[in-house]
Amino acid sequence: MTNASRAASRTIRGWLVRRSALAILMLLIVSFLIFCATQALPGDVALIVLGKEASADQVQMVRQQLNLDQPVLVQYLRWLTALLQGDFGTSLVSRVPVTDILLPRIMNSFFIVTLSMAVAVPVSLALGVLTATRKDGLADRTIMAGSIMVNALPEFVLGLFLVLLLSTSVFHVFPAVSLLSPGKPIWTQTDRLAMPVITLILLQVTYLYRLVRGTVIDVLQTEYVQFAALKGMSPRRILFRHVLPNALVPAIQAAGTIFAFSVGGVVVIEYVFGFPGLGTALADAVGMRDIPVVQAAVLVISVTFFVVNIITDIVSFMLTPPGRGGRN
Amino acid sequence: MMKGVKVASLGISLLDGTRIVHDVSFAIEPGKVLGLVGESGSGKSTVAKALLGYAGPGARIGSGSVFIDGEDILALSEAERRERRGRIISYVPQDAGMSLNPGLSIGTQLIERLVSGRDAQNRAEAAARIAEVLTAVRLPTDRNFLARYPSELSGGQLQRIGLAIAVVGRPKLLVLDEPTTALDVATRNEVLKLVSDLSKDMHLCSVYVSHDLGVISAVADQVMVLYAGRVMEYGEGAQVLGAPAHPYSHALLRAVPTTLGRKPLEGIAGTAPDLRSRGTGCVFVARCPIGDDRCAAVEPALVVKGASSIRCYKPNAVEAKTNIVPLPLAKARGEQICAVRNLVARYGPLDVVRDVSFEIDKGECVALVGESGSGKSTLARCMIGLHSNYDGTIAFCGDTLPRKAETRNGDAHRRIQYIFQDPYASLNPRRTVGDSIGLAVRHFFPGSRQDVLDAVRVAVERAGLSPDLMSRYPSELSGGERQRVAIARALVCKPDLLVCDEPTSALDVSVQASIIELLRGLMADGLAMLFVTHDLAVVRSISDRVIVLQQGAVVESASTEAIFSAPATGYSRELLSHALNVRPAIAS
Repeated sequence: MTNASRAASRTIRGWLVRRSALAILMLLIVSFLIFCATQALPGDVALIVLGKEASADQVQMVRQQLNLDQPVLVQYLRWLTALLQGDFGTSLVSRVPVTDILLPRIMNSFFIVTLSMAVAVPVSLALGVLTATRKDGLADRTIMAGSIMVNALPEFVLGLFLVLLLSTSVFHVFPAVSLLSPGKPIWTQTDRLAMPVITLILLQVTYLYRLVRGTVIDVLQTEYVQFAALKGMSPRRILFRHVLPNALVPAIQAAGTIFAFSVGGVVVIEYVFGFPGLGTALADAVGMRDIPVVQAAVLVISVTFFVVNIITDIVSFMLTPPGRGGRN
Repeated sequence: MMKGVKVASLGISLLDGTRIVHDVSFAIEPGKVLGLVGESGSGKSTVAKALLGYAGPGARIGSGSVFIDGEDILALSEAERRERRGRIISYVPQDAGMSLNPGLSIGTQLIERLVSGRDAQNRAEAAARIAEVLTAVRLPTDRNFLARYPSELSGGQLQRIGLAIAVVGRPKLLVLDEPTTALDVATRNEVLKLVSDLSKDMHLCSVYVSHDLGVISAVADQVMVLYAGRVMEYGEGAQVLGAPAHPYSHALLRAVPTTLGRKPLEGIAGTAPDLRSRGTGCVFVARCPIGDDRCAAVEPALVVKGASSIRCYKPNAVEAKTNIVPLPLAKARGEQICAVRNLVARYGPLDVVRDVSFEIDKGECVALVGESGSGKSTLARCMIGLHSNYDGTIAFCGDTLPRKAETRNGDAHRRIQYIFQDPYASLNPRRTVGDSIGLAVRHFFPGSRQDVLDAVRVAVERAGLSPDLMSRYPSELSGGERQRVAIARALVCKPDLLVCDEPTSALDVSVQASIIELLRGLMADGLAMLFVTHDLAVVRSISDRVIVLQQGAVVESASTEAIFSAPATGYSRELLSHALNVRPAIAS
């Protein structure tokens, strides 16, 4: 390793430490906000636990057990301390540890989102480059129209349309619902995942490819791309060495956001296909005022956003040339 | 022996058939440099790129041939042309900072052409060749240097990298597209010297594109004057620039300032005809002092006359002004309006202006000259309150000005106005220019709608613009018109001092000439000016006194005549020696 690259890796490490410290601070603030917001949900927790017929004494006792009579800050600190020891609390509704409820859901969600992104990112890159280099051609306009159509449809309409197309009326390729068998790991049941994954891919690609297309068009118009052509470089090398690396950063940032968003935010798709993911778990818990589950689920989603952002920032940092805010 | 370059009947059009370059022909012998000159829109860059068989998006090469050493580039397929680019024909870009990929090391960008394509060399061979060329352009050759990215090099180094990339492939034709426009005079001269040496040593044919006639006269053996995509005059450099035969060549030369004397500059009235509305007559007729009905009806053909070719019915009809007619020298010094005392300006811990003191009198133009990084722009920004990290005082009409623009009162704002370098960036694109100027009027002189409109009209006319332009948006105006709008916007404030930061460096020479004449007229009315520039010829044309800055400190401060006739310091002499002037007319 040369001196320069050692210095570079040292600065990256310093940057990473600062970035992570900041993220942890932000997460603390977010966790406090989550806690306050969930406490503010309408409905008395004690009543939820005991049912409507509970006596005033019983309610009072449960409130004491759950520390609901303490100031919010004390409640928060107790919750946080338990959290840091790995204790996410117990569901108020089903009386099982929150981790037992959420862990499989988190795994399911991460699995299908990772799977969909593994397809969506390369496809978006390929489509983006393809349409950018054939700007305003027939292929470009057709794909653009299709992508806008997909984006304009509400997610559940798109899901139902895919069910009609692939599972019921036209073809019978995939099962229409993704009810997983509980005992088996999710990756052994891939046939049942096809429908939600395809829907996710469609949503992700139609957005991401347009972004790639836009940045590639911008880079294609730069003077350095023209100079590379005048230097006699082949179109292939111009595309892969001169254009793509300079067009990737916005796409990577967007891909990170799409990933984090898909993990927590595709409740509608999960409902359409009956897929047991994190989004439905959260929606159900909110409906039943199951506060510990809500808090844990929201926190997981927040952490996902933070981690994904740090990763995309590192990748962007590595791809950005020195002197423009990257490396060194 | 190389056969040289022969271009015949080159024609380039837009995809809709509109012709942008008509019937350009020339020949270059090995070791010689052809200069292509013309204003923006003359088609000179388009011709330059066409020599590589390249037409930008939206254009195509419709006709003609480009023979390089006996082979017609235009007769080849795109893949075959690509094989020739970087090997037989090379291109040096105008702004290497923009033309080098910010994400690749300069080593990669130097070597990538050599190790690709059908005639790829192995890496060791290519690296040896690169080291040889880098030495020739006086750049380091070590690995640490090659591992750097474009953002880590200076403008002069980048331009030399651009030149090195072009010559590593041992081309036979070198196309240089305004390669020195973005450079300091000292760096520019070094690059020009390199170009001349490389052409001679490597027996290259070169095409040098520039709007700067001084540069062209220094570097070119032959000169071709283009206007609206047509050849106006073509011949030996000394002939075309020294004793031009075409009225357009004359007009261009009269617009060029010189450090040799204080001469009046004449802009060329009117603008180049729009691509789509060119009539059947001579393209220059609307701006030509001697154009007549025949010129307007039928375009003259390019006629060979001795060693030159000229497209004009009445060659040599315009009187050549052989000598510089000097302007009256500086008037007696008037009342002092501005005094800068012991100014030290900083960026962070770095002192960029060191202990500078000077004063400006009413109706006087003080020029602030120096290379990039000499602190001249920072000093100008201190004057207007845009840079507030300074010690020392700036007094205006006896009162010390607060440092920050925000804390200065309305009157101080009104009386000191600023003209920015880039008229493309200094006007709000979403406002009509009349509205932009009106905003300044309403701010300083609130009044009825009609009063505001009248004030705007007066300022617009004083800036030499037609009042019809008031309802246009900046994007609908030419660069010169925009800079006039910026001047009109300053004038409506009734300023006492105009701070101009390189106001003409983004403009064509003919436009520069008319702007300089406009500013000189304003000075006659009592306006004082601080004129920041690196262009000494412009300084000689407009300023009364000159302050030479070097690394933030004043090296010399004297009257313009004194500096140009007898510079007192070595640095001033050095700066002056870098100036390139069009060679005076040859004795007939």
